[in-house]
Amino acid sequence: MTQTIQFAEAPYSDVPPPATLDARHISAWFGARKVLDRVSLTMHAGQVTALIGPSGCGKSTFLRILNRMHELVASAQLAGEVLLDGEDIYAAGRRITEARRDIGMVFQKPNPFPTMSIYDNVVAGLKLTGKRARRAEKDRLVEECLVKAGLWREVADRLQQPGGALSGGQQQRLCIARSLAVRPRVLLMDEPCSALDPTSTRVVEETIAELATEVTIIIVTHNMQQANRVSDQCAFFLAEQGQPGVIVEHGPTEEMFGNPQDPRTADYVHGRFG
Amino acid sequence: MSDLRAVEDLHDTSGGPDAADVPRRLVSRPAIADRIFRIGSTGIGAFVLVIFGAIGFMLAIAAVPTLRRYGWHFFVENEWQPERDQVGMSEVLLGTFLVAAVALIVAFPLALTSALYISEYAPAKLRGALVALVDLMAAVPSIVYGLWGLFMLQPYLLEVAHWIHQNLGFIPLFRVNTDPDAPMWAQARYTGSIFIAGVAVAMMAIPIGCAVMREVFAQAPIGEREAALALGATRWGMVRAVVLPFGRGGIIGGTMLSLGRALGETVAVLLIIAPIFDLKARILENGGITVSSLIANRFGEATAVQLSALLTAGFVLFVITVIVNTIAAVIVSRSRSGAATEI
Repeated sequence: MTQTIQFAEAPYSDVPPPATLDARHISAWFGARKVLDRVSLTMHAGQVTALIGPSGCGKSTFLRILNRMHELVASAQLAGEVLLDGEDIYAAGRRITEARRDIGMVFQKPNPFPTMSIYDNVVAGLKLTGKRARRAEKDRLVEECLVKAGLWREVADRLQQPGGALSGGQQQRLCIARSLAVRPRVLLMDEPCSALDPTSTRVVEETIAELATEVTIIIVTHNMQQANRVSDQCAFFLAEQGQPGVIVEHGPTEEMFGNPQDPRTADYVHGRFG
Repeated sequence: MSDLRAVEDLHDTSGGPDAADVPRRLVSRPAIADRIFRIGSTGIGAFVLVIFGAIGFMLAIAAVPTLRRYGWHFFVENEWQPERDQVGMSEVLLGTFLVAAVALIVAFPLALTSALYISEYAPAKLRGALVALVDLMAAVPSIVYGLWGLFMLQPYLLEVAHWIHQNLGFIPLFRVNTDPDAPMWAQARYTGSIFIAGVAVAMMAIPIGCAVMREVFAQAPIGEREAALALGATRWGMVRAVVLPFGRGGIIGGTMLSLGRALGETVAVLLIIAPIFDLKARILENGGITVSSLIANRFGEATAVQLSALLTAGFVLFVITVIVNTIAAVIVSRSRSGAATEI
């Protein structure tokens, strides 16, 4: 078969480099309640950044601000800016759909499109963003993304089965593959393993480690061991009683776990509260 | 629960390794309030079924003499002239289906788009008002729609009908027995048509369809919605990928319910349509008839024999409506969204 592939924008044949995400002075409100207070954090390209902290400290809100999912809630407001390689994703000229395509998201609860086939789930993002691709190109994309998500060997012979029929862990990896298929430069993961069994969790963690070189990953987790295992950088969020959340301390994961500067960080990473 | 345990304890005399390994009967004595409520609600539920069955049964009994007298001819004859012993439902049924079809074609896109707008696009503040407004459409008496259709809608629809005739008149359905291009076109030929009656009925079919669809759309899982948006989908892309596939059962079911409503509509059709029993499928042309408008039209002066014929027509309509609604219920309950939706 002779392949003369000419794509106007060729977005699916090569992987764009990972991007640095720079959140500056992010505040967030739900109605009158302020949940984040001027949080700044730089998430470096090609690294895994873990956001840790007790429940209700604003980690998930912060994460959802990074790809403009926060504003889906009717009463939600925010301040500050999020720079994707230096460009504010909230700038007036930027399309919300572009920001979300560049900054993918994997949710806490696996959410494949249950009636779509596994194959269609992976390429769903193409259709949703109005991108056309040839069958052969799609086939390759599906295989590539499923391999990266560590799911290919389990589903290679049943790509036409519905995505909803997979186990929870497989569904979550399918969601990762689906996110990768639109070639994001940053991938946000909101407690991706909290609904999974230990075996699936291990597979997803391995996937994260393999992906880290080609996409910037930011992961929210409640699991200290997991944060320690998968991340290069770590940020500790905390909300004092009745106060909005702030970052108490951030830095290289080894430092955070081995030699935390703030006593509250030490208490948290050593499991003394939270 | 404590009741259950108490009763079990009473009977639990065995328990040793020699006890017979058979499923034991679990006895629970419901509280008095539970029993009263259960009897009451069972009774009322049964009462509804009894009434429904009684209506069907009564109509069936009343239909027997007519069906015995005319046999299958009853469904072939198009005239309705009991005084000349000519009674048949072919044109009545055809007219009923044509009015319902016109109503459905007009109502479906309106119901679907208004349901989508309300559930997906309308600002939260507007949503409640719109829902109430659409529901209010169902509360307007049908005679009001009839009058509105006759005096306010018809003058405009005449132009529409004329335009369709001029441009699509080669299709038999849109033929009218007059020259469409005459300088003084015969307006009267287009009045009192199935088309105009159908449009008026559509206004009554919209609310039920819209309500069912809206309810189903609102249940589309938030997780899948967010998944689509997080991939970079536009709102419309998300609706197409998540909401519409999820709501398909509701769309079909709501439409079928609208159809049931349209089949039975009486007063508005009676006001608008010019009762003519020619067996013709020309929806733009003056004249037509439906089952329910026939019954309303002829009921007043009917003799015993004529009454039986009318009741037979009613029985046929009853059966058709039951079938349509049953199909709708089955489709909705089999779909993904249907499990949680009552219609």
